[in-house]
Amino acid sequence: MTLLDLQGLTKAYPGVVANSDISFAIGKGQIHALLGENGAGKSTLVKTIYGLVRPDAGTMTLEGAPFTPTDPRAARAAGIAMVFQHFSLFDALTVAENIALGMENPPKQRELAQRIREVSENYGLPLSPDRIVGDLSAGERQRVEIIRCLLQDPKLLIMDEPTSVLTPQEVEILFGTLRLLASEGTSILYISHKLEEIRALCEHATVLRLGKVVGTCDPRETTSRDMAELMVGTTLMTPKRDGEALGDDVLVIEGLTAPAPHQFGTALKNVCVSVKSGEVLGIGGVAGNGQDELVAALSGEMPVDAAMVALDGQAIGDLDPNTRRKIGLCAAPEERNGHAAAPDMTLTENALMTAKTRLGLSKNGFLDWPSARDFALSVIEGFDVRTPGPETAARALSGGNLQKFVIGREILQKPRVLVVNQPTWGVDASAAAAIRQALLDLAGEGSAVVVISQDLDEILEIADRFAALNEGTLSPAVPTAGLTMERIGLMLGGAHDMEAAHVEA
Amino acid sequence: MDINPILLLAALMVASTPILLAAIGELVVERSGVLNLGVEGMMIVGAVCGYIAGHSSGNPYLGFVGAAAAGAALSLIFAVLTQFLLTNQVATGLGLTMFGLGLSSLIGQGSKGSPDLTVSKLHIPLLADIPVIGPILFQHDVMVYLSVAIVAGVWAFLKYSRAGLILRAVGENHDAAHALGYNVRAVRVLAIMFGGACAGLAGAYISLVRVPQWIDGITAGAGWIALAIVVFASWKPWRLIAGAYLFGGVTVLQLNLQAEGLKIPVEYLSMAPYLATIVVLVMIRAGRAPASLGKSFHPST
Repeated sequence: MTLLDLQGLTKAYPGVVANSDISFAIGKGQIHALLGENGAGKSTLVKTIYGLVRPDAGTMTLEGAPFTPTDPRAARAAGIAMVFQHFSLFDALTVAENIALGMENPPKQRELAQRIREVSENYGLPLSPDRIVGDLSAGERQRVEIIRCLLQDPKLLIMDEPTSVLTPQEVEILFGTLRLLASEGTSILYISHKLEEIRALCEHATVLRLGKVVGTCDPRETTSRDMAELMVGTTLMTPKRDGEALGDDVLVIEGLTAPAPHQFGTALKNVCVSVKSGEVLGIGGVAGNGQDELVAALSGEMPVDAAMVALDGQAIGDLDPNTRRKIGLCAAPEERNGHAAAPDMTLTENALMTAKTRLGLSKNGFLDWPSARDFALSVIEGFDVRTPGPETAARALSGGNLQKFVIGREILQKPRVLVVNQPTWGVDASAAAAIRQALLDLAGEGSAVVVISQDLDEILEIADRFAALNEGTLSPAVPTAGLTMERIGLMLGGAHDMEAAHVEA
Repeated sequence: MDINPILLLAALMVASTPILLAAIGELVVERSGVLNLGVEGMMIVGAVCGYIAGHSSGNPYLGFVGAAAAGAALSLIFAVLTQFLLTNQVATGLGLTMFGLGLSSLIGQGSKGSPDLTVSKLHIPLLADIPVIGPILFQHDVMVYLSVAIVAGVWAFLKYSRAGLILRAVGENHDAAHALGYNVRAVRVLAIMFGGACAGLAGAYISLVRVPQWIDGITAGAGWIALAIVVFASWKPWRLIAGAYLFGGVTVLQLNLQAEGLKIPVEYLSMAPYLATIVVLVMIRAGRAPASLGKSFHPST
């Protein structure tokens, strides 16, 4: 039984065709995945279904009748509900008020509060209607959106990247709810680029690339790699490195100890590790175990004792970030918007901010704008950053593109040591592969690279040695060759000395 | 000293009414996420238009209607500039104030009034005869009660009505409101026009009741005080009354003290209402501003 049938949907914006002749059908009670990289046209397509965008050509049929929503209200009235990627919530209002705003004919507040409690209990999504939304966690905020949708008995629930802000436990709760809904006959259109999630949840997938449908598959019977290659359109390259010999120690961290910088921070305890020229050191661990503090201590944002960090034999632990850049240590922190880049400034300005020292982009206190622009252009070209140009504001770039820019900006400064935190977080498959390759290339040219990541597959793919960060303590680094997941799990759990203990026993 | 506290308190309500009217209008505008700094300009255009309309028709209430229309019309310029041409709200609001001051001077040239035109005081049966409270609260003109009624109406509208909820939502997060299918621009244009109409009424109250005559620059900064009081009231209607009456109270008190010939330089007394407002502003922790306040909204993003 088909619920929604799309035929030949086309939508062009000036200079780009977002959707071109897209046709597929969603069945009743089906969990249908919509896959694609950033910029593949997923968002435009769901906005069309939700009435935010009007297609240039093509038709939609909902339960056999033509469906042409002129605005989101019309779509909601027809039974389409949507949970947005960036929550469309109002922080200063209560849960009940937020939900009322998303409904066509909301009941009286008291009645509504009662229904919110009922639905939240039925679907295992605990939520109190009187709380102020600004005080809720990301998972709870998403519940508000979902309950808002469920109260309208939708026929089709659209979920746009719903898990990007959730903890693994919250993801499990969400999947339980979605499966229950599907079993009751609600169709779900699930948009994501997290392939493992789609394999666990969805029964059918449509893959978009550059605005076109390029394939369909049953995710339960297709490997993640095959789906990723469908999305990207080429065989996904596995990062390769030249088997060059490692050089001398470049970065030496010796007894790095620092108190927690703020209330929710983690203290670093006697971290000792060294990285050789041409080597990639991978540091794994669950978030909040000292990653941010380690990056801050290495980049110079958090000065420590001089002797704790040494670069080419020079003690640099007490230097500020710009002096460290000058000597050859560059860093790219995890948070792209607001930490690695200033969101409202242009790419040229952002490029200038970290590259000024190393590339001599200022003369006698005046900025050399033409050179800065050239440098930004070389980052954009060299790292395939998709943007209209270097005068674009950083916040206008998608996550993957901005990440490529941030990493590229540091790499093109040819640092002796590069420290990156979560280099491919929230980045689609092909961009992630490009970033990893660039890091390996940098190491191939003789730099030392420190990659801090929660993605263990990433670390195993590119790192020569692996160390685990656990409550501010770093395990001894071990070669990644021949490392098993079981061993990594033990290291992450803090049991670094287990083997030694066995030997002694 | 010889100040009659009953008369003082009664005068307080009259002195506060223009500020209260202008402030409640601006409160609605700011709750919808727009910062209109043109209150002073809209007030003074309302003052001159209300004066002319009232005296040429011989009916002061027609004067108030005209003032509200003039204030709303002037605010519409602001609305078109900021909501459709996406100009900066601060600069446009300041421009509106300057424009209003000049325009009112131009319109008001040679305007003549008749001394007979008065807004009669109500004498509410029974209540007005209560000793002390009667003269303070229940022997004013209809605009005093209208201003309080507008505050009550705005409070109920924001708290209980769906339209009020939508208005708050637009001021809180215009992108989310747009995504849910609400017309952000339409809501804001209506809010701005309501603010303009209220400012117009406020100006006319000065030129028709409080002074009552037309002189250039008659509003004398009352619009700016109204703006400050909106912040001091944390964008909450009831607190607005407290703020407006505090300012009005100190104004009336210092006028009385001047008349008494107190041995303090007059300049200090004239400063008192502004100082009192600033002190209270500093002492009270201002609440949370609407999150989208002052930001331009473009529906395509």
